Parts: sequence; structure tokens; C-alpha cells
Amino acid sequence: MLEIKNLTKIYEGDVLALDNVSFNVQPGEFLAVIGLSGSGKSTLLRCINRLVEPTAGQVILDGVDVTGANQSELRLIRRKIGMVFQHFNLVSRSQVITNVLSGRLGYVNPALSLINRFPEDDIEAALKQLDRVGIANQAYKRADELSGGQQQRVGIARAMIQNPEMILADEPVASLDPVLAHSIMQYLEQINNEDGVMVLCSLHFLDLVHRYADRAIALNEGKLMFDGKPEAIDDERFKEIYGKEAERVG
Amino acid sequence: MNKRPSLLRSFIFWIFVLIGLITIAYGFQVTKVNFIETRSEQRLTQLTRIIRALAHPDILEYDKEEVFVEAPVYLPCPEAEVPIHEPDTSGPYIILDPNCEDAGEFIVVEGFNFLPNVQGPINFIPPSGASLNIGNFTADSNGEFEQRVQLPKRQPVEEAQTMRVISRKNVGLPHFSSVAHATWEKIIETVFLALLATIFGTLMAIPLSFLAARNLMSEVKSPVSSVALMLIGWPIGIFLGLYLTQLVGQVRDILISNMVWEIAGLIISPILGWLLLRWAVPAEETNEAGLPIRIGRIVAILVAVALIILSLLILGKLMYITGAWLEEKLGAFSFLGYFVSQAGEVLRMVTPVFTALAGGAVSGGILSKFGLIIADRYSKSTIRVTNAILAAIAGAIIFALIGAGIDWLYQLNDPIKTLFIPAVVGVIVGLLISLRLGPKELVPIGIAIYLIMRTILNAARSIEPLIYVIVFVVWVGIGPFAGALALALHTIAALAKLYSEQVESILPGPLEAVTATGANRLQTIVYAVVPQIIPPYISFTMYRWDINVRMSTIIGFAGGGGIGFLLQQNIRLLDYRAAAVQMLAIAFVVASMDYTSAWIREKFV
Repeated sequence: MLEIKNLTKIYEGDVLALDNVSFNVQPGEFLAVIGLSGSGKSTLLRCINRLVEPTAGQVILDGVDVTGANQSELRLIRRKIGMVFQHFNLVSRSQVITNVLSGRLGYVNPALSLINRFPEDDIEAALKQLDRVGIANQAYKRADELSGGQQQRVGIARAMIQNPEMILADEPVASLDPVLAHSIMQYLEQINNEDGVMVLCSLHFLDLVHRYADRAIALNEGKLMFDGKPEAIDDERFKEIYGKEAERVG
Repeated sequence: MNKRPSLLRSFIFWIFVLIGLITIAYGFQVTKVNFIETRSEQRLTQLTRIIRALAHPDILEYDKEEVFVEAPVYLPCPEAEVPIHEPDTSGPYIILDPNCEDAGEFIVVEGFNFLPNVQGPINFIPPSGASLNIGNFTADSNGEFEQRVQLPKRQPVEEAQTMRVISRKNVGLPHFSSVAHATWEKIIETVFLALLATIFGTLMAIPLSFLAARNLMSEVKSPVSSVALMLIGWPIGIFLGLYLTQLVGQVRDILISNMVWEIAGLIISPILGWLLLRWAVPAEETNEAGLPIRIGRIVAILVAVALIILSLLILGKLMYITGAWLEEKLGAFSFLGYFVSQAGEVLRMVTPVFTALAGGAVSGGILSKFGLIIADRYSKSTIRVTNAILAAIAGAIIFALIGAGIDWLYQLNDPIKTLFIPAVVGVIVGLLISLRLGPKELVPIGIAIYLIMRTILNAARSIEPLIYVIVFVVWVGIGPFAGALALALHTIAALAKLYSEQVESILPGPLEAVTATGANRLQTIVYAVVPQIIPPYISFTMYRWDINVRMSTIIGFAGGGGIGFLLQQNIRLLDYRAAAVQMLAIAFVVASMDYTSAWIREKFV
């Protein structure tokens, strides 16, 4: 279980990005995080694996205090948390399989990994993950030769080879067209259903939220505005989350 | 809508124009600009001469065939009648008019049947046989000439003396002149000088560039205890590393007394070392190992390292010997033997340095881990006390080391000034820093390293290789090796700076993604940073090679070998035709470097 307690993040220059946010996520849950751009969604996800250092509050994953961990403990926690990014964040000049294998870096021997040596099992596992997202035949291409949708699938494979307990997906479909968006979301759904991996996914489109999420939380200017079933977001709630001027699309 | 510029603005503008003009005017005086000189007749003649010489580079020459054409001449006219000289008119011949005269008087030399347009000297040969050049001739298109020459002022001699005209003729095909050969040899030296400097400079600059990159270093922060223990650990580790090398060196000395043992040591020790490492460093580990196993591993790694040092030392020695042997046997490829023996020597020199650094890194790393544990486990008051103690010790060690450096430089020989005072100052500085920071606060050690690195690089970069070479000439003697070392040093500084700026401009996304997988810093650099910086690194390295070739052409001016040495010599000797050959060679090499590097960049980047 993931517990977020009174999480606050203030960036340099007194910018309040997260304001005392608390919520829990159950194992196997698919949680959507919604809100306007700049509402603190990305900061929230990055505070969970401490890519962004929270100013105050606690993140507790399966009883382990993530916020209190030292560097080596943090690495052990991070390898249990897969992350998927809006801009894929692949190393574009490296091969697809190398990008996937980089998900094993927290597990493998550091010295051997520096000369690009991975255990055979890991290489097999990488190919299996690529097969699962349907691009096993692209494994030895350079990552930048792939299309956007394919690159995001590599991103998912990279997260999945970590054997994660949780996946943080930061607007995974915002740079993709609607058809690709659904295919990527289906992979996340499949991971959630078949492997029982907890998914925290920030999303822009409400129809995606309705379609894939078990539960949704909403942020506005760093404050938690909503926590409940996606169906509960009615027009009134919608205006609370997105502001008075907002209109629904899609 | 634009407002019209106010009066004040235009006034300020004209003030700036005025200041600019005054600056230029002063510059004219300081740099002694003199345009009257540029029009001086004498200077222009000289300039023309030099430019024409430069336009006739001394690259090709012919073998010359010389034909002597002689006629007797009397100086002064004899009392008796002058015997008539009947020249052989079948070949070239000369007639003197008159064929006797007083010393210092003029006579006319007429030549016939020469080759058209041939040139050559007119010499006067006294009975002693010495040759005295008294003029030159140029035949016309019919092979005839008429040249008035002055007879030398000599003591009168009774018998006939000789007037000799030498007609020179090119024979065979043109071939490269000796200047061209020397230039070729030196230009090869120049290119390889630049190549070696670039390769070694690049290899050294790559690791340094990561330390000088702000985006990588700014996040490296550690608790006070960890930083202090690291500072304590490094000198201890360096000392231990050197000590270990010395011990292993003694073992080697025993081994190399016997050829069989030596070869056995060379084969067995690396295999044993590798097996130990294989056991101590498992490929993948999900569970943390227990304490006994961990200690066993550390011992195994230490033994393995000692074995590897041993094999390196034996290898160095063996390479030196076989290299020297090969050099004798290989003939045209003797340079391979030379390389092997020199590489062995380098191995011998580098092994202690490497083990010292590795020892420093390992001991610093282990102790800083301890520091982390202290910062993690103990209460705030305990941490405060240990921090103060550790920081004081670290400060004392660092300042004492600086004191030792000062002592070496200035030879003070006064332990109070160079050891005790710095140590006390170090203790105070350490205490102040540890008390200033809270017990849980992190020291931005990464930024400190970054700033130190940048300062060193900027200082090293601002000194030209032409100045470095003066120091290296003192160390390794005049020649291309000094030039290569000077260029390599400057290359390290310049490339590390350029590289680090490339590291700073990489995309942060992949870095973030790899960090999020639980990778450590080194892994993050290898997997997220290195692939991104390969193209700019290649392109900067090529650019630097370009610069190094250009620099190596003038590094000889200061004794650094290469073509510059030859060029400077010929300019000093006023041999502009030879200098022109070297200039052409430089232009050719630099231009072709330019094309090659552009081509390589296009192909591989």
C-alpha cells in the first residue's frame, strides 16, 4: 500500500507546488491523477520516488518510509517503482534493448553494467517484455528510429523489467494521437490487471480516466480537490477542479 | 510608435563614437603604425624579392651536368708575343678580347656554340688552381654571349692563367630536393605529434569533463561526517596504494630473478586475480550478503588487486625487455619493438600512480560510506560531536598536505610554519564548518569539486602550449616529445572544458528516467549521459586535432620539434625558397586535416 501523508513541495522562489496532500493507494489499484497543467501532478509523481525532494510530509510504500531513506536505501526502493514519462525519456542514440535493460541497473552488478554486460536472464527478460508490447522485432534498432507510440512501449517495457510493485506514469499519452493513446493505456491496464501492479497515472482527458481508472484524485494549484470514483466527477466537481471557465471536451 | 531619439541620447552616442576614435588613435601610437615605411622603395624591393622567393619553393631540382670551357689569359701581357689560342669550335668555346691585360682592367668574354639560354659562372683560375668567380653569363637564344668582366688584382705571373666558363645543364628527370625530403620527414613528425597529443589529451579529458559539469555535480551532496571521512580516507588510501605497489614490487623482484617463475607469475597471477574477482563480484544480487561473506569478499578483492598489480609490473618489465630485443630484430618494423618497450616503461610508471589513485578512491569510498552510516543511525547530538571531530581531523590533514606542498616549493624547512600552524588552522576551519552546518545538513561537495575543477581547467587552458613546451623541453629535452606533452596538456584542459559544456547541455529526460530505475550515479552517467555526448565529443576531438596540427607546426619555434623547427631555421638563414616549401607543407596538411575532419564528422556524427 502507498500512503501519502501531508506531502508539501515548495520550489525555490517560494513556488508552492504541492500543498499538504494526503491520500492512500491500495495494491492493484489504478489511480488517475487529474488537474490542469501546472497543478502539481508531475511534482506529486516525482515526489513519490524522490526524483523531486519533498519539502515536508511522508511517502510510505509497503511500510517503508521513502522520504526518510538514505541514498542506497532509496535506490533499492526506486528499483521497485517503474516510471513512464510523457516524452518517453529514452536514450535516443542507444539500442532499444539497451534502453529496456537500463531498467535492470538497480539489480545488476554495478561494475559489470558499466561495460554493458548484462546477465543472460535479463536479456531474455528484456526481449520478453518487448514481445509483450509487440515490438520484439525492433529490439536492435536505435531508439530514435522508432515512432512515438513504439517509443512509449519501450518506455513501458523499461518500467516493467524492473519487476515493479508500482508504476508512475506521468502523462504517458499526452504526446500521442488518440488511437495510440488507447493502445498505450491498454498496456498499462493489462499490467495492472494481469500483474497486479499498482498504477498511478496522470491524465488530461476525462474519457481516458473514466475508461481506465479505478479511482481518481484531482489537484488544483497543489491542493487535493477530489478523491473518489471517476463517475463521481459531475459538472460541479469538474468546475471545481478545472476552474469556472472550463468546458468539457471529449 | 517609435519616439524620436532625445538630444541626450544622440549626445551620448557621439561621446561613444569619440571615445572609440581616441582608443583607435592611441592604439596607432602604441603599435607603432607606420604607413610611410610601407611605401619605402627599399622595403618594397625586399618585399618583392621575398614574395618571389616564396613563390619558388625549393621542391624539385635536376641533376646538373657541368661543362668546363676554358681559354688562356695573360695577366699582365707578356713581353713576348701572345701565343694565339685556337679554340675547338666543334663544341662550345670562348674568345677573350683581349686575351691579356693588366690586373684590375676589364676584358670581354665572348662565348659561342653554347646551349640556348644557358646560364653559368665565369671563373678565373690562377696557377694555384683556386677558382675565383668574377662574373656570370647568360647565353642568348643562339647560344652566344658577350660579357665584360674585371680581371682580379693579382701579383703578375709570367705563364698563362685560365679563364673558365661553366655551362650547367639539367639532366634526367626532376626529383625532390633535399629540402623537400627534410620537410617531408618533419611534416610526418608534426602530424604524429598532433595525433598523439590529441589521443592522450582526449583520454584524460573525458573523465575530467564529468567532474567539471554542473548538472552532474550539483546533486552530489553528502553529510559532514561522510565528506570528512572521505577527505581523511583519500590520503591514507593513496599511501596504502603506494605501499602495496612497493610490496608487490619486491615480490616481482624475486620472481623475475628466474625466467620460469616470471612467466608463471605472468600467466597465473592474472587468472587467479580474475577468478577471485568473479567470486567477489557476483553478476546479480537480489539479497544483501551477510557480514562474513562481505569481509571475505573484501579480502578477495584486495588479494586480486595485488595479483593484478603483480602481473602488470611483470608485464611492464617483460615488455621492456622483449621490446628492446624486437627492436634489434625487426628491421624496418623496429618502431613496433620500440613502442612495446616504451609501453612497458609507461606501464611501470603508471602502475604505482594508478594503484595510489585506486587506493585513495577505495579507502575514501569506504570511509565515506561509514560517514553515511554515522549520519543515518545516530542521534543528533552524537552526530554533532563526531562531525566536529572528523571535520577537525580532515581539516588538519588537508592543510598539513598543503603545507607540505608549500614546503617543497619554497624549501622553508621549518616544521612549525609548514606543519603545525597549517594543522591548527585546518582544525579551526574544520570545526567552524561542522558547527556552522546543522547535524543533518548536507555539504554540496559536488559543487565544490566542480568549482575547483573549473578553476584548474581555466588556469591550465589560459597558458599557451608554446609556453608549456619551454618547461617540457627542460624536462625531456628539445624535440617532438616535449611538443607532444605540451600539446597534450593544453588539449586536456581545453577539451575537458568543451566536453563539460556538452554534458551540461544534454537532455535531462533520459537522466531522470535512468535515475528512476534505481541506478547509481556512475551507471546513470554511462547509460544516460555517455550516449548523448558521443557525437559532440567526436566532433570536438576532431576539431581539437585540427587545432593541434596547426599548433604543432609552430611548436618547433620553442623547441618542441615538428616542422616549425625547420621553418624557423630557414627564416633565420633568409632561405625563403626553403621556408616556402615548409609553408606549403603546413598549408597542405592543415587544409587536408580540415577536409578529413569535416568528412569524419559527417560520417560518424
